[in-house]
Amino acid sequence: MANEEKSRRDFMGMALGACAAVGGVGALYAAKRSWDPLPSVKAAGFTTIDLSTAKPNELIVEKWRGKPIFILKKTADMAAHERDLVIGSDRFHMSIGLCTHLGCIPAYKKDTHVFFCACHGGVFDASGIQEPGLPPPSPLEIPPFKIAGTKIILGEEGPEYKQMLDAGLTV
Amino acid sequence: MRELKIFAIVAFFSFLTYYLVEPYAHHEMHKKMDANGVEIKIESHGFTYDGTDDIAEAERAGDAARVAVKKAFWTDVVEVSKLKGDATAGEAGFGMCLGCHNGANMNMGGVIPPNLDHAGAIYDKNYLIAVIKDPAMASNVDHKYADTMMHPMGSIKAMLSDNQQIADVVAYMLEHKAGEVTPKEAFTEACVRCHAVRYTKTTQLGDTPKFKHKKDELAYEIKVIEEQDMVKAYMGNLPPDLSMMIRARGEHFMETFIENPQGQLPGTSMPRVGLNHEGYEKVKEYLTEAGDPSKKAREELGPWVIGFFVLFSILAFLWKKSMWRDLH
Amino acid sequence: MAHFEKANSLNEWLDQRIALNTLKKVLNTEYWIPKDINFLWAMGMILAATFGILVVSGIFLLMYYKPDTNLAFDSVNYTIMSEVGYGWLWRHIHGIGASIVFLIIYIHMFVGIYYGSYKRGRELIWLSGMGLFVAFSAEAFSGYMLPWGQMSYWAGMVITNLFSGGSLEAYGLVEWIRGDYVPGDAYLTRFFMLHVFLIPLVIIGLIVLHFGTLRIPHVNNQEGADIDFEEAAELYKAGKKKESKVIPFSPVFLSKDIFVMGVYFILFFYLVFYNFNFAMDPVNFDPADGLKTPAHIYPEWYFLWSYEILRPFSKDVGLIAFGIAQAALFFLPFIDRSPNVAPAHKRGLFQVWFWVLLIDMIVLTAMGKLPPTDPTFAFIGLVSAVLFLLMGPALFIITMFEKKIEKGA
Repeated sequence: MANEEKSRRDFMGMALGACAAVGGVGALYAAKRSWDPLPSVKAAGFTTIDLSTAKPNELIVEKWRGKPIFILKKTADMAAHERDLVIGSDRFHMSIGLCTHLGCIPAYKKDTHVFFCACHGGVFDASGIQEPGLPPPSPLEIPPFKIAGTKIILGEEGPEYKQMLDAGLTV
Repeated sequence: MRELKIFAIVAFFSFLTYYLVEPYAHHEMHKKMDANGVEIKIESHGFTYDGTDDIAEAERAGDAARVAVKKAFWTDVVEVSKLKGDATAGEAGFGMCLGCHNGANMNMGGVIPPNLDHAGAIYDKNYLIAVIKDPAMASNVDHKYADTMMHPMGSIKAMLSDNQQIADVVAYMLEHKAGEVTPKEAFTEACVRCHAVRYTKTTQLGDTPKFKHKKDELAYEIKVIEEQDMVKAYMGNLPPDLSMMIRARGEHFMETFIENPQGQLPGTSMPRVGLNHEGYEKVKEYLTEAGDPSKKAREELGPWVIGFFVLFSILAFLWKKSMWRDLH
Repeated sequence: MAHFEKANSLNEWLDQRIALNTLKKVLNTEYWIPKDINFLWAMGMILAATFGILVVSGIFLLMYYKPDTNLAFDSVNYTIMSEVGYGWLWRHIHGIGASIVFLIIYIHMFVGIYYGSYKRGRELIWLSGMGLFVAFSAEAFSGYMLPWGQMSYWAGMVITNLFSGGSLEAYGLVEWIRGDYVPGDAYLTRFFMLHVFLIPLVIIGLIVLHFGTLRIPHVNNQEGADIDFEEAAELYKAGKKKESKVIPFSPVFLSKDIFVMGVYFILFFYLVFYNFNFAMDPVNFDPADGLKTPAHIYPEWYFLWSYEILRPFSKDVGLIAFGIAQAALFFLPFIDRSPNVAPAHKRGLFQVWFWVLLIDMIVLTAMGKLPPTDPTFAFIGLVSAVLFLLMGPALFIITMFEKKIEKGA
């Protein structure tokens, strides 16, 4: 009789414990959702930039997801590269303006057509490729983009971006 | 058994306190009394407009002249409503409306004349007749004017005075300025000229555009302030932002207030806007999206959480019983 | 350093270092509670659970709330209510919890008064409990300021004005409390500090004290009987559970607590989802406006009886009456002169006194909400307030002449 009692007690106790655990999981799910980025933050993750007024050899700096974005309209004498954005007859270099060494923002030198990072002397050419022998280990990263006429939408993955990813031209 | 009796006593006193502090006290606080100390019951008329409340207000104020004028006005409206309106003929008359209601966002006499694209769908037919006959009388703000021609839309009285013409214009609106209307459209046409809703980025100038440069943003803000100043000068006070209004006042108040602002706030300068039942539902939906967007989620999740605790209590009771079995 | 042998299990390892097994016995499995109790004995645990819920929901609100008069209202009513995942749920839980905790506090207090759980030996439990009531009141008041709605602002204005002390006209003190001429940014941020940091610490400390002062006198029982806890414990441990007058806190007492909590949560969440206007007053959904007073300003329901004692009298008399009313409850163990530890229904006139007190406080609560301009309500309010002030002296006299109850073995 006592054993029956004990096992009934234990069973009820376990049933209650299981029920409580389900409730706990529900509460933890709600808690997790409260930490999710807010809709207004996610919506702000898409930036549209109009390139129709861009001038050659003049660096445009925009903000996307809190990061600086470099856009440089290439001149005739700047070498073409597979990483370029092609809009009509213009070629653009676009990258996240953070040095791949430790994250400083490089400065663009108009006369020598290079990005120079003052922190540890890193140099990137007009296509964002790092000069060998200096601290930066890899080229400037290209953010996800989509071309729409003369505008680009940062944050969306267009076909040109996907091609670059596949070809290993960016990470 | 004894514990149930104790529970009943605790529950009784708790509910008594709740009743006195909530339903009873709020009723006492908000009830309106007339000059003889009799309570005035404020109820919705289902968004139909025949002047009953307007006439009752004038009677309570003991103003016999006003009672007569109002009775005559609303009788007149009923007369027009009996006429068969010709929508095709009405189109020409409606052209006169477009002179001011032209979508150019220009302030005229204190407000920007509202868009009429869905006027036939969201406003009541009798109200449309009344507002063409005399805007101040129809919207129950005639107490603000010695002569109701001074209302910003007052001149329509002279422009469209023939009853058949009015019936035609209203018929035109009911047929051609109706159709499907979204909550946002209904709200914009009926309310936005006076009321901003910052939670949906709406001002008296409409939706606030996104600006890239701070300078453009600030220039727009100044335009909004200038428009608000004009509305404030016209109304006496800037009409409040409606972002949280649905929760700040509750559904009963909103319903009765929109149908006849004078009932809940005697002497207010807010006009009755003449929404019909469908128009009001759309406006209410928009206000709920702005001020109580979690309502749906709340009502969906509620039964689950409460159901969970019912199950929990049953299991807890069974466990408790098994724990206490050998104790008595 | 004391000598340590190798342990054979995690349990033994912990027991060697922090006497885990002794702790378990003292706090749980051999913490003896009388068997002769009813569900009202669970109110303490329900308060602890509700406090826990308030802390957890508060943590999530704290992540998004902005303590700045320009940002506070929208951080709550826009960001938390519409943007944050389940933000509306935390806010509703926090609002309902803050209100319902006082219902449970009052029930808990009245149970204590009814059964004489404040009498000799248990005075410190009562005093620490009253301290908790004051701390929770301060916590509730400071929390109500935070959404910065019309009621937040104007309740803040009215209550801080009380500190001018009537004829003392201590306006400088009022300004110092506010940090400004009117409730503004400084006022909001200091109440934010109090609400989020200082008062919760005080509450936790008082809870520890409250539990600590309960341990030696032990929990009371429905008859107020003296129990030989050692004897009863031995009986229970020997397996004679039916004969023993006690049960262990864990798991037996807890099992009943948990059931009562389950039922409580059904009510709690019904209010959270469907009936919350009593706790989230619509007036507070209007943003604070220092140039526009709402038609009706009133405190939350749990402060109404106090508020009503303030109102019927002139400024100075009202403040004094208010002060006496707050203090009187503290001194209950010392005003009650009878040695009887027994439920009210065995204490003759004390039973009448109890029900009069309860009904008087309910009437005061109702009157505190009603407009004072109505002469009938004002009169009832005055009578109830005077009656409340007389309850202290009445108790003194009643208990002086109370017949001593002969306690059986």
